[in-house]
Amino acid sequence: MNEAQQTLWQFMQQQSDKLLTQTLEHIGLTFISLLIAVLIGLPLGVLIARRHPLSGPILGIAGVLQTIPSIALLGFMIPLLGIGAKPAIVALLLYALLPIIRNTYTGIIGVDASVKEAALAMGMSSKQVLFKVELPLAMPVILAGIRTATVINVGVATLASYIAAGGLGEFIFGGISLNNTNMILAGAIPAALLAVLFDLLLSVVQKLNIKKLKAGAYALPVILLLMASFYFVPSAYGGKLTAGFTPEFMGRHDGNLGLQQKYGLKIHTTVINDAVMYNAAYEKQLDVISGYSTDGRLKAFNLVVLDDDKKIFPPYYAAPIVRQDALQKFPELEKTLNLLAGHITDSVMTELNYRTDYRHQTPEQVARDFLIDKKLYRPARNGNGGTVRIGSKIFGEQYILASMYSMLIQGYTNYNVATKTGLGGTKICFDALTNNEIDFYPEYTGTGLLVILQPTKQVLDSVGINKNKTYSYVKQQFQNKYHIKWLNPIGFNNAYALMMRRQQANELKIHTISDLKNYLSNTP
Amino acid sequence: MISVQQVSKHYGTNRAVNNISFEVAEHENLVLLGTSGCGKTTTLKMINRLIEPTRGQILIAGQDVTRQPAELLRRNIGYVLQNNGLFPHYTVAENIAIVPRLLKWDDARIQNRMHELLEKLHLSAAFLKLYPQQLSGGQQQRVGLARALMADAPVLLMDEPFGALDTITRSKIQAEFKDLDELQRKTIVMVTHDVQEAFELGNRICLMDQGAIMQIGTPAELLFKPANKFVREFLQAQRLQLELKAVLLQQVWDNLPTTTSTEAIKVLPADTSIWAAMESFEAGVVKFITVTKPGTDQAKTITFDQLMAAYHQYQNNLQHHE
Repeated sequence: MNEAQQTLWQFMQQQSDKLLTQTLEHIGLTFISLLIAVLIGLPLGVLIARRHPLSGPILGIAGVLQTIPSIALLGFMIPLLGIGAKPAIVALLLYALLPIIRNTYTGIIGVDASVKEAALAMGMSSKQVLFKVELPLAMPVILAGIRTATVINVGVATLASYIAAGGLGEFIFGGISLNNTNMILAGAIPAALLAVLFDLLLSVVQKLNIKKLKAGAYALPVILLLMASFYFVPSAYGGKLTAGFTPEFMGRHDGNLGLQQKYGLKIHTTVINDAVMYNAAYEKQLDVISGYSTDGRLKAFNLVVLDDDKKIFPPYYAAPIVRQDALQKFPELEKTLNLLAGHITDSVMTELNYRTDYRHQTPEQVARDFLIDKKLYRPARNGNGGTVRIGSKIFGEQYILASMYSMLIQGYTNYNVATKTGLGGTKICFDALTNNEIDFYPEYTGTGLLVILQPTKQVLDSVGINKNKTYSYVKQQFQNKYHIKWLNPIGFNNAYALMMRRQQANELKIHTISDLKNYLSNTP
Repeated sequence: MISVQQVSKHYGTNRAVNNISFEVAEHENLVLLGTSGCGKTTTLKMINRLIEPTRGQILIAGQDVTRQPAELLRRNIGYVLQNNGLFPHYTVAENIAIVPRLLKWDDARIQNRMHELLEKLHLSAAFLKLYPQQLSGGQQQRVGLARALMADAPVLLMDEPFGALDTITRSKIQAEFKDLDELQRKTIVMVTHDVQEAFELGNRICLMDQGAIMQIGTPAELLFKPANKFVREFLQAQRLQLELKAVLLQQVWDNLPTTTSTEAIKVLPADTSIWAAMESFEAGVVKFITVTKPGTDQAKTITFDQLMAAYHQYQNNLQHHE
């Protein structure tokens, strides 16, 4: 425990620059949106306190906005406002609106009727009643609303990192992706402290007596403005390109760190969630993104993969891995599974993924069409020579592969098949295989190497980058350690990749990562 | 001074006030009396346009109240509320100075007027820096009154001004109220549901029911010449006390024996009510009081029994006249 704390402390010291920037960005985001929310919410609250029929619809709309999941709201913002600060601020201010409007309304409605009547009867104008009586008396309730909004905003602002607006979410979500507890805590602890601190400060303001509150009411906008100024809206990018990388990619040696070391790539980089990344590239908010080379969205958004000419991304060639005892039990299995070997290239796999993800065809249909096209399809024999159990991980590509294997086994042999698809991640799938729950599933060489074998750095350096070396290393190790056989690779490589919009890549004549580097260093 | 002409206020089909008319003379105190929901408060609030009438016209000093903006109108009409309506975020001084500030008086004038009023209302200058909630109910009501009197408006509207006070504080403030010279110069319309208060403070009473005026007249007129069954029944429960308050010593003057004595300890003017005269007798201490007739040098010294006898005789005469 003590050791872990020390490591966290070391991590925070080591990353203190980033931590400071992220914290300031976080404060800035929170308060810019809060300031705008107050500027919008306060007058709206006053309006509906004066015109009661409007209170239902306006509070209703603000309430509905509040219930939209934050990620969805950020997603809606991209086509409208792009990525970065603007959509993040708009989303945050929408979340802050409800408590501010509602408390302004409740506060003003709650002012003693006889005081309001007296104010009118003394000859105050409607404006004087508002500013001299209603607002000062409602101020504690309004401040309570602003307090709630502040705490909500500190929390939601962590999600701003999903759309490249920075903030402490960069550490939090990066840490989650990289399974790095220190990184998570380095983001989460300051975020929690900020929430507690602002809540405390505002509670002090709230408890000041009404007299001092007058001064406080003037000070508040100034404080909000000051806090808001912590956030420097990212400067104009000019003619240069902007990259959006996932938090995981940012922290990996076979990711951004490798790009910097091996290629010397210096590009304006923002951190973004992979769910919105492809869309942001398509909407021209980003120019370069980190993705997976067989993702269906590559085709859907007309992106092109840059060639990794210096080979920093380890190969992730897919191949079925089979229990040794299953190969003996089903002598025809190996030959049948190898029917697919070499048939599916990167672009073919991308196309197949695209059909399931964007055309909403079933994996079975996509698999059958492909096999028929390749003249590999044979109708099922419905034999009864025993049952082969097929596993797959829980994403589209694996479902398609499992369907193909199922059809091949049924068409070429007398075996029956049982499919156990959707077995979570690598660990669940591999455990199912070693525990004899399934007979085989498609795996990737990179995963086998980095996740399952976890070899020393020396081994990694010698085998990690070369396709054939990786394959023969994992094949040999799996055989020795687990009695599991890697069959022939299917052909495609589902590795990390940098991608650009096809049109832009063509215009700038960028086809490899080195091209990208040269373009960036040659353009002022 | 105030003229209410065929005024109605309808809320949907509910006729809160239905075609009423009355006049309030200058320096007169008219009390709007009735049970809750009779329309008395609505009537009061239509005078300073806190409520706008559905129909009819209201004139103050001959001018239609709708001829100037409501804010400007209200700055020239004092207003006292039942729950005082003091601003909790203003000190006593700031509360009192609200209307003069709206009228843009200079500070010296405000200070002078404020201290003048504090003295008259028996309020300590130390209160000025306090907030309303730091004062007692009676003190708050006095501050409310000071606020209404501050700009010395000729017209004063009072909505149940003593309604929120306990009985002891109420009678004390009522007594002060009657003696306050500021109020003698004002035309006052006051709303109350308290019959005793109406009889105590009103020059005339306007008794209302269901949005209509049942009778308007002096306390004695309401008591002895009720216009209808409603008026009679409304006053029935407290009739004896009301009569004693409504009848003044000068009205029974002729029935009092013509004796003078030096034994009398108290001297009362003839415009004192029978009730007040009865209260000034004290068993074993004050057996005789002397009644003087203002403007003359006539005086009569009487005992409690003689006073009662004279009152009974006065009542008998009244019934014979009917």
